Amino acid sequence: MENYDITIIGGGPAGLTSAIYATRSLRKVALVEKGVPGGQIATTDLIENYPGFPEGISGPELMQRFEEQAKKFGTDFLNLFNVSEISLEDNMKIVRSTDGRSIISKAVIIATGQNPRKLGVPGESEFTGRGVSYCATCDGAFFKGKKVAVVGGGNSAIQEALYLTRFADSVTVIHRRDQLRADRILQERAFKNEKIQFLWNSVVSEIRGDQLLRSIVVKNVQTGEQKEVELHGVFIYIGYEPNTDFLKGFLELDENGYIITDEKLQTSIPGVFACGDVRKNALKQVSVAVGEGAVAAMSAEQYLDELENKNI
Amino acid sequence: MAGNVVEITSSNWDSEVVNSDKPVLIDFWASWCSPCRIMAPIMEEIAIKYGDKVKVGKLNVDEYPEIASQFGVMSIPTFILFEKGIPKKFTVGAKSMETLLTELGII
Repeated sequence: MENYDITIIGGGPAGLTSAIYATRSLRKVALVEKGVPGGQIATTDLIENYPGFPEGISGPELMQRFEEQAKKFGTDFLNLFNVSEISLEDNMKIVRSTDGRSIISKAVIIATGQNPRKLGVPGESEFTGRGVSYCATCDGAFFKGKKVAVVGGGNSAIQEALYLTRFADSVTVIHRRDQLRADRILQERAFKNEKIQFLWNSVVSEIRGDQLLRSIVVKNVQTGEQKEVELHGVFIYIGYEPNTDFLKGFLELDENGYIITDEKLQTSIPGVFACGDVRKNALKQVSVAVGEGAVAAMSAEQYLDELENKNI
Repeated sequence: MAGNVVEITSSNWDSEVVNSDKPVLIDFWASWCSPCRIMAPIMEEIAIKYGDKVKVGKLNVDEYPEIASQFGVMSIPTFILFEKGIPKKFTVGAKSMETLLTELGII
C-alpha cells in the first residue's frame, strides 16, 4: 500500500488545483481519477467565462494545461481508479478502488464533481454509445449529415446544440418549459442558427431502435400528446447529480447528496476536505472549483501541520 | 510502442479479422480522444497476457469512418469482439483491463 500526505479524489478543475497547491507545499500527493483527468469541463467545446482567455478556450485544452501544471510539481496520477470507499484507521485515511487497489494518506480531498443526470426512460441505457450521448464534443463527429436532438434548456444544452450544428444537418432542442434557461448570448446564437429547431413544453418518454437508435417518443407536457420523431442521436443535458454514492454513511451530505463542509472546506470528518461541484455550494463553474481547490489544499496543509506538531 | 496490437485497416480487414482463427478484439479509437490514449497501453497488455485467447487490434475511426459506421460506432473508445468478422459483443468507454475483459466475456 502506497503512503501519501494527501490523496485527492477526482481530476477536474478543483482536484487539479488542489494538486498544484499541495505539491507546491512540498507534500507527497496522489490524485486518483475514475477515468482520465479533465472532469466535466473537458467535454465542453468552448469556455468563454474563465478569466485569462479573452478569445475563449476549449475545455480539453484548458484541462490539459491544468494537468501539466499539476504534473510539473510532482503529483502522482492514478487513472481508472474508481473509489469504492474511504475508511479510517486512527488518523490515517485509506482510499480503496473497486478493482482492489488502495492508498493510505493523512488527509483526503474529495473533488469528484457531478455526473450528467440520466433521463430514466426506456431505451436510454440500451442505446448509450449507439446514439444516446452525454458528450457532444466526444461523439458529435459521428453524426455528420445526420439528424439529432438535444434535451435540455440550460447553458450546456444550448452550447452543445450549437456545437452539433457543425456536424449534424438538423438539431432539435427538446425542452420541458416554453423558454430557455441558458445565458442570453447563447440563446440569441441558437435562435439565429438555421439548423436548430425547438420543441417546447416537451420531454422524451422513450428511445427506440434496433442495433442503433432510430427514433424517440416525445411527449407534450401540456397536452399529453405523444409523437415519434425519427433521428440518429440524442444528446442529454438535463442537469447533474453529485458523485457521492461511495460516501453515503461516511460523512455528512445534504438532501441532494452534495457534501457539507465548514468555511475551510473540511467535511464532517477531520482531515477530509471537499471542493468544487461535489460540494454544497452556490455555483458550479470552473472559476469556483479552482478557488475552492486552493482553499481545500491550504486547509489540508494546516491540518497536516497540526498533526505533525502534535507528534513532536 | 511494441507491436502486439494489430493496426486494422480496410485492406487487411479480411485477412486479420474475417479469417482469424481466434476472436478479434478491436479498439475503435482516434488521436483526439483522451480516454482512447489511456486505453492504448491496456490494449497492449491484453495482447501480451491474453494473446492465446484473443487477437487484439485497433482501428482509427478518422481513417476508416466507413468501417466504424458499419458497426454502429457512435462514441469512442468502443470495443467490439468479432468472431469470423461478425460482431459478438461490444462495450463503450475507458475502463480497467479486468472490467473490459469481463464485459466482453473474455475472462
